[in-house]
Amino acid sequence: MTVVTAGSTTPAPAPAGRPRATGRGRLVLARLLAARGAVVGAVLILLLFALAFGGPYLTPWDYATPDFTALHQPPSAAHWFGTNGVGQDVFAQTVRGLQKSLIIGLLVALFSTVLASLVGACAGYFGGWADRALMFLVDLMLVFPSFLIITVVSPRLRSSGWIAFVLLLALFNWMITARVVRSMTISLREREFVRAARFMGVRPLRIISRHILPNVASFLIVDATIAVGGAVMSETALSYFGFGVRPPDVSLGTLLAAGTSEAPVFPWMFYFAAALLVLFVLAVNLIGDGLRDALDPTAGGAPRRFRRFRRSGSATRSSRSTPSSSSHSSRSSRPQRRRP
Amino acid sequence: MLRYLAKRLSYYAALLIAAVFLAYAISAGALQPRTYFDAKLPRPSAESVERQLTALNLNDHTPVVERFGHWAGGLLHGDLGRTIHDTPVTDDFGRRVWVSLRLLLLGSLLGTVLGVVAGAWSAVRQYRLSDRLLTVASFVLLSTPVFLVALFLKNGAIAAKDAAGHEVIPFTGYETPGLTGGIGAHLADWALHLLLPTISLALGGLATYSRYQRGIMLDVLGSDYLRTAEAKGLTRRRALLKHGLRTAVIPMSTMFAYSFLGIFTGAIFTETIFGWHGMGEWLIQSINEQDVNSVVAINLFTAVVVLASGFLADTLHAALDPRVRS
Repeated sequence: MTVVTAGSTTPAPAPAGRPRATGRGRLVLARLLAARGAVVGAVLILLLFALAFGGPYLTPWDYATPDFTALHQPPSAAHWFGTNGVGQDVFAQTVRGLQKSLIIGLLVALFSTVLASLVGACAGYFGGWADRALMFLVDLMLVFPSFLIITVVSPRLRSSGWIAFVLLLALFNWMITARVVRSMTISLREREFVRAARFMGVRPLRIISRHILPNVASFLIVDATIAVGGAVMSETALSYFGFGVRPPDVSLGTLLAAGTSEAPVFPWMFYFAAALLVLFVLAVNLIGDGLRDALDPTAGGAPRRFRRFRRSGSATRSSRSTPSSSSHSSRSSRPQRRRP
Repeated sequence: MLRYLAKRLSYYAALLIAAVFLAYAISAGALQPRTYFDAKLPRPSAESVERQLTALNLNDHTPVVERFGHWAGGLLHGDLGRTIHDTPVTDDFGRRVWVSLRLLLLGSLLGTVLGVVAGAWSAVRQYRLSDRLLTVASFVLLSTPVFLVALFLKNGAIAAKDAAGHEVIPFTGYETPGLTGGIGAHLADWALHLLLPTISLALGGLATYSRYQRGIMLDVLGSDYLRTAEAKGLTRRRALLKHGLRTAVIPMSTMFAYSFLGIFTGAIFTETIFGWHGMGEWLIQSINEQDVNSVVAINLFTAVVVLASGFLADTLHAALDPRVRS
């Protein structure tokens, strides 16, 4: 029974005057570093960013300038990733495409998360008609095949360039997050500190920005991280079919589109871009997963507590014993949930 | 339960009407059928362009609401309007819908069922080798867009063909043209053609569902009622199947409804890559041809399918969770 108390690790709020033992930021960082996947993901992301933004300075070739002496050349010392049909350097192109895809992914995730948190918090906080109207909008946009709309509208936005494409992607990427923020807000609304603020006469928008949003921040951080990966995937898929980034601009999607038909014969035109795309999204997902566990150890990611529980459970099963006192005590060693 | 379902159904009907109107307005506003006729050779007279546009209900001089009214009036009689080539949209629709549905249903069902099973199994075996392998595999799959999976599979099939000297697994179309033989030969041919597109669709679903199911199942595994069920004398397997899995599947039913759109989007890529003449290929083609009526018909199709799967999810939810019914 003593294990129960040992299991709860919540740092007690430090009394004023004394230095705090462990801050939340440090705690989260420590948990994040303990997760192997997240560390691998973070290292990968750093490397990819270095490649995307430092890569263009490493090679003498420009992504657009053709080298007519080398057409369809396999990777070599001069052209690290080989060249394409008109002699453009695939390394320079891939690096440039990666850069574009990363920027688009980050911007889309940022915009859609901001939109989602605003709509979700307003719907949840105000309730009533505002809630019903906003949720109808969310459902409507979920029913609506966003891909169809993007493909229909994007040719008209060709002149406004890739920023318009970013906004379009963000516009169709916020709904599910908004739903979650809404349901979290509904339960936050009834909490004492929010009520107290309300009774003190704090205006609703200020309550939302000062009390609601900071409390859903953990979820938003994780969600935005995952959204970066999703946005990059949508961007490449749309660009692949010519509805997103267009030549002469390059992104990973346009590179994949150009390399597809040649992949069986000239694999370097396709697989470098494909590998970088998968690596990047994988790294983002790993970080997102690690962040989720680090920010909220009670979430159903990979809680260690089950490890002990499972072992004891299987031990009971193999011995085929009726619920004995020993198995009971081993099970109650599971630390209590710390959710309020 | 019927009351609850009726309420959901009326909500979905409102959503459907709003979604279809919005789809119509956006398509009619963004696409320009006029340019299609203007680009024809020899160039038709302005008057005849006008006449053809009006006949097809595509004239942008008519207000959108009026065009929508005309289109909706036809819809009530089962008429989806005419394509830009002046053929009935319903002809194309009828031909392509079965091609797509075959792929969609098989892909989503396979992905969902296998994903739920894999996730639950992986949760029960948490931190063992099989769980770790499945986690790694699902992470890699989750990070690969569907079109890339499809391309990898297709490239693999091409490589296999080059290595073997003949086509091992078909990678274009949904049947061998001019195939002779009985019904058995045709079915086998279909199944073989379905193989790669279905795998590429199902893999994404499998990865997503298995991750979610694993998380939910882990929560359920630690719950008190499962321990109670075991304490009452149920074997662990029975407790897991009867009490654990049932509760763990409930949140998944909601996910299923909304993930259908993702699967449809994936199918657009898969169809185009594997050369299936389905709805996805039709969409890309009709957008390039500025064919408003066809685009709207595809929108209608997806909206109906999504809402139908939403309704299915609600029914499933109500059947599994008695609290919803009241």
